[in-house]
Amino acid sequence: MLKQMFRVVISVLFVVLMAGSAVAAPPIKIGALFAVSGPASFLGEPERNTAKMMVDEINKAGGIKGRQLELIVIDTQGDATKAVQGVNKLIKDDKVAAIIGPSTTGDTMAVIPVVEKAEIPMVSCAAGVKITDPTKKWVFKTAQNDALAVPKIFDHMKKQKINKIAILTVSDGFGSSGREQLVLHAKQFGIQIISDETYGPKDTDMTAQLTKIRGSEAQAIVCWGTNPGPAVVARNVKQLGITLPLYMSHGVSSKKFIELADDGAEGIILPSGRVVVADQLSKSDPQKKALLNYVENYKKHYNVEGDHFGGHAYDAIMLIKGAIERGGDSPAAIRDQLEKTVKYAGIGGTFSYSAQDHAGLTSDAFVLVQIKNKGWTLLK
Amino acid sequence: MDNSRQLIQYVLSGLSNGAIYALIGFGFAIIYNATGIINFAQGEFVMLGGMLTLFFLVFLNFPLVPSIVLAILISTAVGIAFERLAIRPLKNANPLSLVIITIGASILIRGIAMLVWGKDTHALPAFSGNEPLHIAGATIMPQHLWIFSITVLIIAANKLFFNYSIIGKAMRACAYNSQAASLVGINVKTMVLLSFVISSAIGSMAGIIIAPLTMTSYDVGIMLGLKGFCAVIIGGMSSGLGTVMGGLLLGLLESLGAGYISASYKDAIAFIILLLILFIRPEGLFAKKETERV
Repeated sequence: MLKQMFRVVISVLFVVLMAGSAVAAPPIKIGALFAVSGPASFLGEPERNTAKMMVDEINKAGGIKGRQLELIVIDTQGDATKAVQGVNKLIKDDKVAAIIGPSTTGDTMAVIPVVEKAEIPMVSCAAGVKITDPTKKWVFKTAQNDALAVPKIFDHMKKQKINKIAILTVSDGFGSSGREQLVLHAKQFGIQIISDETYGPKDTDMTAQLTKIRGSEAQAIVCWGTNPGPAVVARNVKQLGITLPLYMSHGVSSKKFIELADDGAEGIILPSGRVVVADQLSKSDPQKKALLNYVENYKKHYNVEGDHFGGHAYDAIMLIKGAIERGGDSPAAIRDQLEKTVKYAGIGGTFSYSAQDHAGLTSDAFVLVQIKNKGWTLLK
Repeated sequence: MDNSRQLIQYVLSGLSNGAIYALIGFGFAIIYNATGIINFAQGEFVMLGGMLTLFFLVFLNFPLVPSIVLAILISTAVGIAFERLAIRPLKNANPLSLVIITIGASILIRGIAMLVWGKDTHALPAFSGNEPLHIAGATIMPQHLWIFSITVLIIAANKLFFNYSIIGKAMRACAYNSQAASLVGINVKTMVLLSFVISSAIGSMAGIIIAPLTMTSYDVGIMLGLKGFCAVIIGGMSSGLGTVMGGLLLGLLESLGAGYISASYKDAIAFIILLLILFIRPEGLFAKKETERV
């Protein structure tokens, strides 16, 4: 008797549940490739956190046109082989409509042939110029090009009447790309590089290079690298009592750098996305609303301040969201609408894509900031 | 004038790096002389020293001195566990297998450190301020003075221990001939364990005093370990003055090479020296040609 009643109850429940799921439209699947662990985790981790936060938020607000989003994250570990395996899984098994990431230029270059062949739109969060130059039909990106950061620095130097500089770059992909851009733009700005030094990514003492620079006629030093090298440089500069202005790259625009470089960080000038100085922007700045919203939201979810890198994932999700809202969720429609994005004011800058430009930003995407009292000050 | 100022700066920077290489090299030498194996996990003790101090100091808010003492104690305990679990059970294996085991252990220790503390780089506050000191136109940090004085202290203590204490003499006896040593009643196993205790303690001390200058993370042990290995090879695997000279020489050549040739070759210089020594004078630059240590 009791057993029979159970059966009835269970079959009723079953039918009700099945019916429920049949009514709701299936979610739109978005794939994400981030280097959550491994050497590039300082990129991948905030990117994954941001993407998850954004997708939750969009779903809570009712999804896109009533459709929920489903985010499928794959950790590439900064390894191109794993990135290619991951992208194949996303496309073949999960049948995603669009992909965000990967975090690094290396991973991105490795997966480009796969997405081009499968015709799935991808919005990369890596910075390398070659990702969108030449333009690839299905590939977009949100991270600012290195090429945009260098003119910002040289502009500032010109105003300070600095003509002779020393550069100190790390001997990895980021540093050598930065070095190329520095050498290239120096000629255009009439700035002379009189000392060209490098250091290894794992070096713990740069006093030798800096002593050499101190003995030269340089009027300023530019250091190009990501943590921890530049922090050592900042400390060594202070140790050696060098008073030349020190410029760094957007690769160190995180609180972690200030923490590592300690007193040495004071006075350093660097190009950065607006996110670190969101509260100092003028009210008329089109990005201000998105920036404040992102910074506060991230802090609420993860108890640390949202940074520059997480912002790349924020922009990727928002750009795809906009594209789906305008044109529907087929991969081809998302691609076409992405290309038509005009003046989307996000975290990394104000994006306008076109058939010729899949990077979407101008040098306006960077602002110059100076480190003062262990915080960021916007240089006008 | 300006050139001499540069030279003094290179020399001072080189010597302070060299002192660290010498300390790490010491750890290699002590274990090598007691067991005949080269312990490639030596660099990981350096990492453990820095990371553990940071852990107690910054995350648990302990004062500096107890943090350092605890860090050295725990690193030493890891050294003991390593000897007990990985080296002693295989005492009769050939040295090559044991060396490979130490490489495995170093990967294991590094992996655990990465899982526990994450992959971030951390800065340890300096022991006594961050105001640079000026010496003859060159500058050094107060931390460099700590490095020099602690290195000198450790080397002197080692010298006294190995030359004048009964246990130290017993350890040297094991190094010369462990069979003969056990025949005269020396407990060889205890001496081997003791060599791991001393070298892991010295290694972690090196990691602690260098961390305020160079910062520390889970993977600093690889490079520092290799540089220490270079130092001890130049010094001819002795646990005495040879390794000290080897470390200082290596630090000086690196710094001068980076200054006058190119900084890109800084690490290459160390390893070219290592190869040259191994090819031409495998017994080390400072060792007398000796045959008794076979």
